[in-house]
Amino acid sequence: MQQIINFFLRNKTFLLYLFLMFLAIVFTIQSHSYHRSRFINSANFLTGGIYNSVNNVQSFFNLRHQNDLLQEENNYLKSILYNSEGKLQDVFIDSTQFYGNYRFTPARIIKNSYALNNNVLTLNKGKKDSIKQDFGVITSKGILGIVDKTSNKYATVLSILNTNVKISAQLKNTNHFGSLVWNTESPNMVQLTEIQKIAPLKKGDTIITSGRSIIFPKGIRIGTIESFELDAAENFYTINVKLFNDMTNIEHVYVIENTDRDEINTLLNNE
Amino acid sequence: MNNVIFSFSLRFIVLVLVQVLILNHINFLGNINPYPYVIFICLFPINNNRLLFLLISFLLGLTVDLFSDSGGVHAAASVTIAFIRPVVLKFCFGSVYEHQTIKFKNVDFGAKIIYFTILVLIHHIILFSLEIFNISRILLVLQKTLFSGIFTILLCIVSSIIFSRKT
Repeated sequence: MQQIINFFLRNKTFLLYLFLMFLAIVFTIQSHSYHRSRFINSANFLTGGIYNSVNNVQSFFNLRHQNDLLQEENNYLKSILYNSEGKLQDVFIDSTQFYGNYRFTPARIIKNSYALNNNVLTLNKGKKDSIKQDFGVITSKGILGIVDKTSNKYATVLSILNTNVKISAQLKNTNHFGSLVWNTESPNMVQLTEIQKIAPLKKGDTIITSGRSIIFPKGIRIGTIESFELDAAENFYTINVKLFNDMTNIEHVYVIENTDRDEINTLLNNE
Repeated sequence: MNNVIFSFSLRFIVLVLVQVLILNHINFLGNINPYPYVIFICLFPINNNRLLFLLISFLLGLTVDLFSDSGGVHAAASVTIAFIRPVVLKFCFGSVYEHQTIKFKNVDFGAKIIYFTILVLIHHIILFSLEIFNISRILLVLQKTLFSGIFTILLCIVSSIIFSRKT
């Protein structure tokens, strides 16, 4: 017994090192797998608070560009609204009711990241604004990511520039679908894999979300085809998709909630 | 004594904030970022309380991780260089270290550069291999280690010259 205690006392530095290293490796491995419980995330009141107050200042320097983006989107929506004869002429918005399955919440990105392998962003909305795990996040131009962890006032978003994220996407012209992944090489290029060989592809075709998951509705624009090639077995295409979003400069985003998701989840789990 | 604790806490907070708010967003040539917060570990006063030193280094790395959502990669790298620091000190400063009389502000400049270089490169190689976490992309790890390492070493040396008090 005496010897065991002596051994621990003699090697206490090394043992403490091993313990801390083990802890760090556990945190690292957790961060490399999708939606594992993690304590180390930036959606807490300390880091969220610091990022939020710094972003309050920083966002002033980017106002002009963000205003232009919002105006561009407004312009697009107005051109749809006033060109649709009769159908949408009387737009009456009753904010006490929701039409359809999807509820949108506006939010702001307070921490952007695009140079790592697993990029995680931070939002300034959280549980208080009824944002939960697995809600989709889009910008005015296209898709952005999936909500991961939430705290009271902040939430983290797994960006599509994250090797753990897979999103179901399809061609706009036909219904061939595959999954969207990222090979970490460029922040404005993602890869659409598992597209059947039979699918007619053309450079410049649009890729949209397929609506097969409960996270995103069908038809959110993702990007255009930059190049494509068959994989080694020559069965599936791997397509390089150029994103509509400029991932290095985003601020205003919309969080999408599928109001039927609990029902769909119970249905899927009962099978 | 209180003065020392205060100045090191201040250094800790300033280094973490500068790292996560400014230097993590440089992205020079796409993805090269310096990580000069390791200067805190390099210049920590040398005494016999190594357990405290390991814990503080771990805390430093973990704080940076907390801000950058990277799991525990910075914590692992920081605690490792804190653990091997005595060996590197002995290698770089030799007899001065043996007699426990070392003061960082009056050591030989060349030896100091070598000391920073060894610690920064070890830190970065652990950091990037854990971050990329893929043995088949070892070349990318080495490339990032080299480029970010040069950037970090430059910043460490410059800041240690600027902030050293000539008294």
